[in-house]
Amino acid sequence: MSEHIVQPRVYIAIFLVLMAGTGLTVVAAFRDFPGPLNAVVALTIAVVKATFVVLYFMHVRYSPRLIWLVIAAALFWMALLFALTISDYSTRGWLPVN
Amino acid sequence: MPEELTTTHEAATHPALQHHFENMEQQREAGTLGMWVFLVTEMMFFGGMFLAYTLYRYKYPEAFAAASNHLSIYLGGINTVVLIFSSFTMAMAVFFTQVGKRRNSIVCLLLTIVLGATFLGIKAVEYKDKYRDSLIPGQLIPGRPFNPEVAKPGETDEHKLHLPPGATVKNVELFFWIYFAMTGMHALHMIIGIGLLTTMTIMAWRGRFGPEYYSPIEVSGLYWHFVDIVWIFLFPLLYLLGRHLESRLG
Repeated sequence: MSEHIVQPRVYIAIFLVLMAGTGLTVVAAFRDFPGPLNAVVALTIAVVKATFVVLYFMHVRYSPRLIWLVIAAALFWMALLFALTISDYSTRGWLPVN
Repeated sequence: MPEELTTTHEAATHPALQHHFENMEQQREAGTLGMWVFLVTEMMFFGGMFLAYTLYRYKYPEAFAAASNHLSIYLGGINTVVLIFSSFTMAMAVFFTQVGKRRNSIVCLLLTIVLGATFLGIKAVEYKDKYRDSLIPGQLIPGRPFNPEVAKPGETDEHKLHLPPGATVKNVELFFWIYFAMTGMHALHMIIGIGLLTTMTIMAWRGRFGPEYYSPIEVSGLYWHFVDIVWIFLFPLLYLLGRHLESRLG
């Protein structure tokens, strides 16, 4: 990691963004969106908040690409975990097997 | 060992520099990489539980919404603010160490610990409420099995479970298995984090860290931020999922 020292004003700004995101997610939770959109909105806000924490609080934005690669690998693994498991469960009963 | 392979450091090497690293920066990068690889295993760990939540939530949506609405959004929300603020103080602790302000960094570390303990205290209150309402699943508490009072239509008692059509008590219990497994594991990680930060505070007090050597504080911060991120996902998934249906569910 380069000797890049993140300034407190950046941390303060990110903290305020995270607070806004928290408020937003609570307000959005009480509004009825069509279909599965409530979950989509909630998860989108959560992913954005987590991204800010990872990039700035955890300094990943200023980190070597190797760290980015490690994180990408973890996310790829999770994507496989969810995609394969959900596609299994959601297609149960599609074919006539005993 | 041939002469040309001996040290490239001239003059004074930092006392914390290990022999197998060229310089402090390389040592710090290696430490950061190591912590990130560990956090990947943590993502796998919590990822499995998030997957279980996902599957059962979509299998039993009414029960999960009803159970979720039974949690205190105030306590969950306050905990979210507390934890995010603790991530801020943690980041500031790293900053102050990087610029050599030992006293400020110790204050920030202590603040982070206090905020973490506050989170755990509020969690304890929530767990106590679940105990009182007999919502602790299975036989985890011997002699006090999962046995919540179900509200009859029209009753507004907060301590009773409001079950909409399609929700069964068994599936509500499943929600609470997942709730206690995930928040319990998360709380365990908080406790470990507080222990880690206490150690860091003591070492900082003894003057071990500074602009050349702050890697332990940095990687402790990575751990703490990760635990925060887990909660950033836990809060909407556990506490907020059924709120938009609250008026309809009763």
